[in-house]
Amino acid sequence: MSNARIIWRKTVNYVMLTLTGVAAFGVVSVLFLILGYLIWNGGTSLNLNFFTQLPKPVGETGGGMANAIVGSLKLLFLAAMMGLPFGLLAGVYLAEFGGKTFSFVVRYTTDLLNGVPSIVIGIFAYSLVVLPVKHFSTLAGGVALAIMVIPITVRSTEEFLRAVPGSMREAAMALGASQWKTIVTVVLPAASGGILTGMLLALARVAGETAPLLFTAFSNRYWSQGWGQPIASLPVMIYTYAIAPYDDWHRQAWAAGLVLLGLVLVSNLGARFILARTKAI
Amino acid sequence: MEKTTSPTTEQSLRLKISNLNFFYGPKQAVFGLSLDIPINRITALIGPSGCGKSTFLRTLNRMNETIRNTRVEGAVLLDGQDIHGMDVVGLRRRVGMVFQRPNPFPKSIYENVAYGLRINGYKGRLDDLVEKSLRRAALWEEVKDYLKKSAFALSGGQQQRLCIARALAVDPEVLLLDEPCSALDPVTTAKIEELMFQLKDSCTMAIVTHNMQQAARASDYTAFMLDGKLIEHSETSKLFTTPKDPRTEAYITGRFG
Repeated sequence: MSNARIIWRKTVNYVMLTLTGVAAFGVVSVLFLILGYLIWNGGTSLNLNFFTQLPKPVGETGGGMANAIVGSLKLLFLAAMMGLPFGLLAGVYLAEFGGKTFSFVVRYTTDLLNGVPSIVIGIFAYSLVVLPVKHFSTLAGGVALAIMVIPITVRSTEEFLRAVPGSMREAAMALGASQWKTIVTVVLPAASGGILTGMLLALARVAGETAPLLFTAFSNRYWSQGWGQPIASLPVMIYTYAIAPYDDWHRQAWAAGLVLLGLVLVSNLGARFILARTKAI
Repeated sequence: MEKTTSPTTEQSLRLKISNLNFFYGPKQAVFGLSLDIPINRITALIGPSGCGKSTFLRTLNRMNETIRNTRVEGAVLLDGQDIHGMDVVGLRRRVGMVFQRPNPFPKSIYENVAYGLRINGYKGRLDDLVEKSLRRAALWEEVKDYLKKSAFALSGGQQQRLCIARALAVDPEVLLLDEPCSALDPVTTAKIEELMFQLKDSCTMAIVTHNMQQAARASDYTAFMLDGKLIEHSETSKLFTTPKDPRTEAYITGRFG
């Protein structure tokens, strides 16, 4: 082989290695840039007051977003209560019971639902829950988020159930377990770590959604008066504060972003921890 | 019943299979098979890969029903009663099964053995039965201090004996073994064979094996299958020394299969 070809080959190899490496580095740095930017801009506003106090009226500095933090948690709680059981059961159906045609339809529909823009899901929840009672509510926000949680949970549950070897189902059935009993006593426990991880990631994913909350949960400058009343949430607060003309609000929006990202990071780490622990068993 | 040589008398039979046909969709896998499985003896099923011996074994506890599009014809009598009319849960409690690859649950050793008892709603003292089953599977001495540990921590041979203990816990009359040693080394295989020999007093066994030495060593009766049909069935010593059918002779002398 000629010398020139060898040099050419080595050059191509080197260039491609560099390109892929730069892309990989770019991906990592985006997260760290965002994190650094959030800390730089919002770190100063992040103090105890931010977590314990209500927003101050316009013109006064200080105050916090305690209502939005609690609000986001309440909305996530509703989304979990309504969306996770649905997603779990449908995932079990797809992995364990479903026939060919209907499963295909369900799977395809789920993927489409996952791709529906979140603002559209907001409009849907708006017309479903807000319009009949004619006011915004926590419940409506929960419904919107639950709809987003379902497709992610369905697919992750299905994937993790499918990863359980068929020989385990056989073993249980050979001992006289019915199909449902096999699923409950063997298959689901075997996949529980993965399923839980998928659920946590689904919740983390919707925790940052703004669009479906804008005209469902709306927002609230004060503590929410109940599930039927509007409620503040971190993403909507960020939106409101970021477009306002006050520097102090901008700093608080950055701080809220930092808290939100922290929440997502913590649930990701928690998910990884659960997965690693169950794999060890 | 002229086709099958019945090596035993009627009253000492545990399973009597007559004219069994089995289909995967349109494809027939077992053809008009009749076989007697005597009580508290080991019956080995030998034959080349794909001859239907595993499929046949799995019809005996109706495990094939878990596969879609399958169909079975003919009778399988367990103590004189057709298994197809029985409640499948009760049947599988009476006819246990051990699979080719050890398949313990991702639970503790203790919970693996207790599983069959729990799902059958057993209310007595689980501890005693778990110990008894592990002793019967010759595993107790090795695991008695680690009962809470994951079953996955055990070696392959220990896992297989755990699977046997798990099957024994519900005290089945029949134990079906589907190539239980094919994933194990010779030393472990010898242990399992020794174990089968000890279990013979209390349990009827049917074992599918690829290993003719194993069939010759461990079984009392041997059935040779080819292309879904039973070719020859007799006492193991007879089948291996004086086979009647030329195809049996060809197989056991290694000329095909």
